[in-house]
Amino acid sequence: MEDLDNLKATELTLGLPGTDAPEKPSPASTTGANKRANEECCLPVAKKQVVGWPPLRSYRMNSIRIRKMDAEDNTGIYVKVGMDGAPYLRKVDLRVYTGYKELMEALNDMFKCFSLGGAEGHEESGYAITYEDKDGDWMLVGDVPWEMFISSCKRMRIMKGSEARGLSSST
Amino acid sequence: MVRGFGWAAAFPDEVWEHVFSFLAADADRNAVALVCRAWHRIERRSRRRVFVGNCYAVAPAAAVRRFPEVRAAAIKGKPHFADFNLVPTDWGGGAEAWVEAMAEGWPHLEELRLKRMVVSDDCLELIARSFKNFGVLSLVSCDGFSTAGLAAIAANCRNLRELDLHENEVEDNCLNWISHFPESFTSLVSLNIACLEGDVNTSVLECLISRCPNLRTLRLNHAMPLEKLVSLLQRAPQLMDLGTSKFSADHHPELFFKLESTFAGFKHLKSLSGIWEAGPAYLPAIYSVCESLTSLNLCYATIQSPELFKLVSRCKNLQRLWVMDLIEDNGLIAVAASCKLLQELRVFPSDPYGVAPPISLTEHGLVAISAGCLMLHSVLYFCRQMTNAALLTIANNRPNLTCFRLCIIEPHTPDYISQEPLDAGFSAIVESCKDLRRLSLSGLLTDRVFKSIGASANRLEMLSVAFAGDSDAGLHYILSGCKNLRKLEIRDCPFGDKALLDNASKLETMRSLWMSSCSVTLGACRQLALKMPRLNVEVIDERRGRPLESWPDDFPVEKLYIYRTVAGPRSDTPPCVWTV
Repeated sequence: MEDLDNLKATELTLGLPGTDAPEKPSPASTTGANKRANEECCLPVAKKQVVGWPPLRSYRMNSIRIRKMDAEDNTGIYVKVGMDGAPYLRKVDLRVYTGYKELMEALNDMFKCFSLGGAEGHEESGYAITYEDKDGDWMLVGDVPWEMFISSCKRMRIMKGSEARGLSSST
Repeated sequence: MVRGFGWAAAFPDEVWEHVFSFLAADADRNAVALVCRAWHRIERRSRRRVFVGNCYAVAPAAAVRRFPEVRAAAIKGKPHFADFNLVPTDWGGGAEAWVEAMAEGWPHLEELRLKRMVVSDDCLELIARSFKNFGVLSLVSCDGFSTAGLAAIAANCRNLRELDLHENEVEDNCLNWISHFPESFTSLVSLNIACLEGDVNTSVLECLISRCPNLRTLRLNHAMPLEKLVSLLQRAPQLMDLGTSKFSADHHPELFFKLESTFAGFKHLKSLSGIWEAGPAYLPAIYSVCESLTSLNLCYATIQSPELFKLVSRCKNLQRLWVMDLIEDNGLIAVAASCKLLQELRVFPSDPYGVAPPISLTEHGLVAISAGCLMLHSVLYFCRQMTNAALLTIANNRPNLTCFRLCIIEPHTPDYISQEPLDAGFSAIVESCKDLRRLSLSGLLTDRVFKSIGASANRLEMLSVAFAGDSDAGLHYILSGCKNLRKLEIRDCPFGDKALLDNASKLETMRSLWMSSCSVTLGACRQLALKMPRLNVEVIDERRGRPLESWPDDFPVEKLYIYRTVAGPRSDTPPCVWTV
């Protein structure tokens, strides 16, 4: 589970345009105005969003982000999907799918380079799709009715089949 | 008992104590304490309130020892720029040392206010158990605690009047913490839980509210659905300060009617906030209270200009308005016409990264407000364009400004008409507004503006500077002028060693100086630390590397935090902080 947190740095999301906006060149940026003795500490202002600017509390930035996502799709249920071995997280909107079959196909598409086992598949070499529910427990995707799943799923993780065996609903 | 000079002994201690009780300002009490030993003794034993602007400026035990009868304490921790993620999360500002000392030395403490500190659940538990008459807990911009800690407060503080949680990062691990207030608990006057993420059990909250007849302030978080909000509010028609939850739902005429009549029942409501995610359908429900409102906070409400206009133009008695830039210039012109008692305006950006089509909020809105609102003294304004002419007009209109914070979102933005730097505009502000206490600069600025500030801003206490100036002269102007400067925070400016060293003694007259992404070298920090033993010179560098001692003098300092202290270097510095 720690892996998911480490992957945050390289996360790709389907989030609001602003957070992934192509960098706007800042007019004067790090001109001669900034005399630095040592180049290595020069903050590259021009090409990316500057840390802590504009000066807004992160509390507010988070509210803006949440609000924009709600506005864009009022009923969307966005959950992060991570995969063992994949360098970045993806985000899916569970409302978009009508059932497990569609979800599996979409995930297969997203994580094409890896072979996914089906929800029930526990092959040694394959993967199993798991999710964390509202109580913080990790379950196999497909165990509960679809509506119950989308209302309780907080995030998903595609685990190696061997790890996922212990999560089988039969235990 | 040792007596002071003859005249001081002319009256018994209790008389002097009574006289001193009329001195509200700490500065006045401090002055009194310097007159003679008798007054020093009497004053320190009768001081009831302490304010510690920097938790590391004095050792907790020393403060507790000097003022043994304190009933109310306020303490601040991290530098202001921590709000914008410029300070490492492990920098410090932990509350334990203070709470432990207070638990030991101030058992009668009634009020505790902490800002920008790291407060653990253990701390909260210690607070809950240590102060029998504890009445007020205010945590602003703090982190490190969870709702489990709040449960301890709820369960143990039998006389709690105020629980104020403002913009904290709170972990939600105790879902029903509100139910820890015992049935016998009825003393609540003010509850602010707006920053909590999780759901709050509405029926438990309703019970709590019903049995607290003195409740005047209730600020909820966004999670509670509108229907539940309505039934909750019907229990507290005496409210003076309300922060609603989510203000949108599928349109139900019945719900609207209930909401409207609930608000009509508020005969004493003066302050309204929350209104998260407001839908235009439900806004008219609050029209009935608009006329009596003195404070309206819509800074999380994405209401569009027409609805905003309808709402705000009804609020004829508004003194404070916090709003999103969605109000646009036209909305502000309407405010200027309707809200003649306005004292404080804050306009926040709805789209700080500017990806959506631009909002029509420009310098014109602020100019209109400055012309129409004669009592305006405090401004925070985010916008994308400004002119010197506009700033001049504002300065001339409102010489009574005490706080002027302008944030032009794009760094280095010049006057968009003349393409000049905004030096003339900001100079006009400091020259005209003689009582200016707080100033934040933005836009394209040269050293000239700092010359004006240094020369004219005699009452200035706090200055924030970003992406400005040409050379060390800029910093020198500020430090050699600005007689009353307490806090200076600077980022991304070409200010370096010379100005700092030339004005070393100035730093001891200030609370703190923050400089990040400037041109200060380690050598200057070393010299400064040697010269000024009562300053802590903290060099902050988050890149992993060799220890400070091995770096050469010309090593550029990434982040620098300097503050005066009588407690010496602190013992809780994390790996990325070195006290030079």
